Amino acid sequence: MSQLAEQKENLLAPGHNACAGCGLVLAARLVLNAAGPDVIVTNATGCLEVTTTNYPQSAWRVPWIHSLFENSAAVASGVEASLRAQGKLGRVKVIAQGGDGATADIGMMCLSGMWERGHDILYVCYDNEAYMNTGIQRSSLTPFDASTSTSPSGKVSLGNPTLKKDVPAIALAHRLPYVATASVAYPQDLEKKVKKALSITGPKYLQIHSPCPLGWGFKTALTIKAAKAAAQTGLYPLFEYENGQLISVRKIAKPQPVEAYLKDQIRFRHLFKDEVGKEQIAKIQEIANDNIKKFSLTG
Amino acid sequence: MKKFIEGSHAVAEAVKLCKPEVISAYPITPQTHIVEKLSQMVADGELKCEFINVESEFSAASVVLGASATGSRAYSATTSQGLLLMAEVLFNLAGMRLPVVITCTNRSVSAPINIWNDQQDVMTVRDSGIIQLFAEDNQEVYDMHLQAYRIGEDQRVSLPVIVNMDGFILTHAYEPVEMISEEEAEKFVPPYKPERKLDPSQPGTFGVVADPNWYTETRFAMQKSLEVSLKVVKEVASEFKQKFGRFQGDVIESYRLEGADTVVVALGSVVGTLKDVVDELREKGKKIGVLKIRCFRPFPEEEIREALKSVANILVFEKAFSLGLGGIVYHEIRSALFYSKSRPNLKAFVVGLGGRDVPKESLRKAIENFSSDLPDLNFVDLKTEQLKEHLYVPVS
Amino acid sequence: MPRNKSYIAEPGSSLANLTGTWRTEKPVFLNQKCTDCKLCIILCPDGVVFSVNKIYQVNLDYCKGCGVCAEECPVKDIQMVREVK
Repeated sequence: MSQLAEQKENLLAPGHNACAGCGLVLAARLVLNAAGPDVIVTNATGCLEVTTTNYPQSAWRVPWIHSLFENSAAVASGVEASLRAQGKLGRVKVIAQGGDGATADIGMMCLSGMWERGHDILYVCYDNEAYMNTGIQRSSLTPFDASTSTSPSGKVSLGNPTLKKDVPAIALAHRLPYVATASVAYPQDLEKKVKKALSITGPKYLQIHSPCPLGWGFKTALTIKAAKAAAQTGLYPLFEYENGQLISVRKIAKPQPVEAYLKDQIRFRHLFKDEVGKEQIAKIQEIANDNIKKFSLTG
Repeated sequence: MKKFIEGSHAVAEAVKLCKPEVISAYPITPQTHIVEKLSQMVADGELKCEFINVESEFSAASVVLGASATGSRAYSATTSQGLLLMAEVLFNLAGMRLPVVITCTNRSVSAPINIWNDQQDVMTVRDSGIIQLFAEDNQEVYDMHLQAYRIGEDQRVSLPVIVNMDGFILTHAYEPVEMISEEEAEKFVPPYKPERKLDPSQPGTFGVVADPNWYTETRFAMQKSLEVSLKVVKEVASEFKQKFGRFQGDVIESYRLEGADTVVVALGSVVGTLKDVVDELREKGKKIGVLKIRCFRPFPEEEIREALKSVANILVFEKAFSLGLGGIVYHEIRSALFYSKSRPNLKAFVVGLGGRDVPKESLRKAIENFSSDLPDLNFVDLKTEQLKEHLYVPVS
Repeated sequence: MPRNKSYIAEPGSSLANLTGTWRTEKPVFLNQKCTDCKLCIILCPDGVVFSVNKIYQVNLDYCKGCGVCAEECPVKDIQMVREVK
């Protein structure tokens, strides 16, 4: 029986200021409960940090440290080194956390360094696809054509013009023994991946799709539905690599057309206005098709 | 036992005695010999610690932050651009009250790029809440690192410390240094015992959000700790003198100030040159002394005021200045003397920027030509013929 | 209470913040068709759904009324009801 449902006390306590329906804080709670109390967590600046540590209150029931926006991975490297020096590494696990911006943009230097040096740390990226805490600004993990406050759709703009930076590929290029993506839509899968990652020695990367009701523009109750649709369209493939080999994917029995995912989010609403939008949706469908092919998500 | 040793290697030997559990640094001239020596010590099993080669100074500071928060004594070294890159983390270290020690091998700052000595780098972070000590020679550099951990880790202080040594001038100079044994060092610098640390058996949340209701008091508390740390610097220097027989000053050092009507003030290695000049001038009957500022932050205002109280002429030699204002140490001394009954003749003399040599002759000339008519900000050995290389400089 | 130097917050002290005051709707657990799948417990973003002897309920001190539990219940045994203050 999944440990998640049996957890008597959440390692991330309620009373924090995350939005109702926040996918990110759900993911963090699931990660922590799967990891257990013998962890030290480093956290980047962002929604997760700001909503949970408004002094004198803290929602964290594990040892936890926040330093700066870009250095979660470097601080974790120091924590890991200290534990190693004290002979405690192994018994105590190190988890470094950050949002998509903290991970793929401003934190890329520290992340690459941590991975290259081979520290025994699980890095978790909570991917809500923009700089949510500062007001929904575009990051390098903002998907194609998503409207954000710094890549808004407008008279001469269709939203974010770039594809998501492929951070799992960067992780694989660093020869990480374990690289995986997960989603709040599949909590048992997420739990399994966290546990597997923590059982492996070395640097691990887990990227979790974490829908943001406010930033993406959907009703708070629909967080899980949004995450599920992303996976079911092939836009957010869920996979595992071990030692560079693709060892598992979450198969899609019947891939949904991308409209099923895009239509219910305000950030993609501009694509449903006219012919130009239709062309863009076709491009997004190609992205999904490419993923389906690359990871053999069907059949 | 004396060793004829390069300044950088003296630092490495001192750090080895302090037994840090984690060292992290990024190479930058002229700090490189320190970290190279330390990594050789680790490679030969002489120093048991985790040596983390990071991808930038920003990461080095972040690594020692994480290590210190987890309860380890930690160390880093940098200079110039590296110190500037670390700046964000330095404020974080001070705010989180983590007593790491960082050696800064003082070097000029870009642009234009210059790898030689001046003290502009560390002056940029003087408001960070980090304790700043300046060494005059390599013996003091060696001794100062042991004292630095004692000061920073003192429960009344709990602040990071930067030990400053002039790049190339001290780092790459060979001097005889009296070594301390491992046993004696262990007694002077016992293992680090943090009050709180990241530990699953006692979880806590470090690095919180302090909203307008909470933030101010963190800074007030740091200020109070810095005021107390003046006392701690003195206590540690005094204890060091007692145990090892050496004293290079505590927060300041007064050299031949008795009956002086002229005092020259400086930080770092130039103090050594000034002491030689002062000895020569004293031979000639001039009543002159040297005030060495050893602890720059916290600023020993009382002690400086006391040392300079009946001095008529004060020359502040600085290896940095605040662009747009003037001498940094000069202005701080000027403020310290604001309420003095007698208004001394007090001027700033910028020397040695970008590693320009500071010969005894230039210092002596500055002293001999000193007058109350001089501007507040003076440049020693300024090459006026080069000013035509620069736009917008009115050369009158 | 240890001397909180440098503002180290105590674990779980967020419990002092009663976020239940945020909501405009609250979940009502009918406990009629419930299959004990525990999805509501797992998927609640704040982790405030719980069961006692298989009776499912929510901690109203913290429930923000997001509606995820009701939306995801496979047998629609949870209803979101407007709260009138």
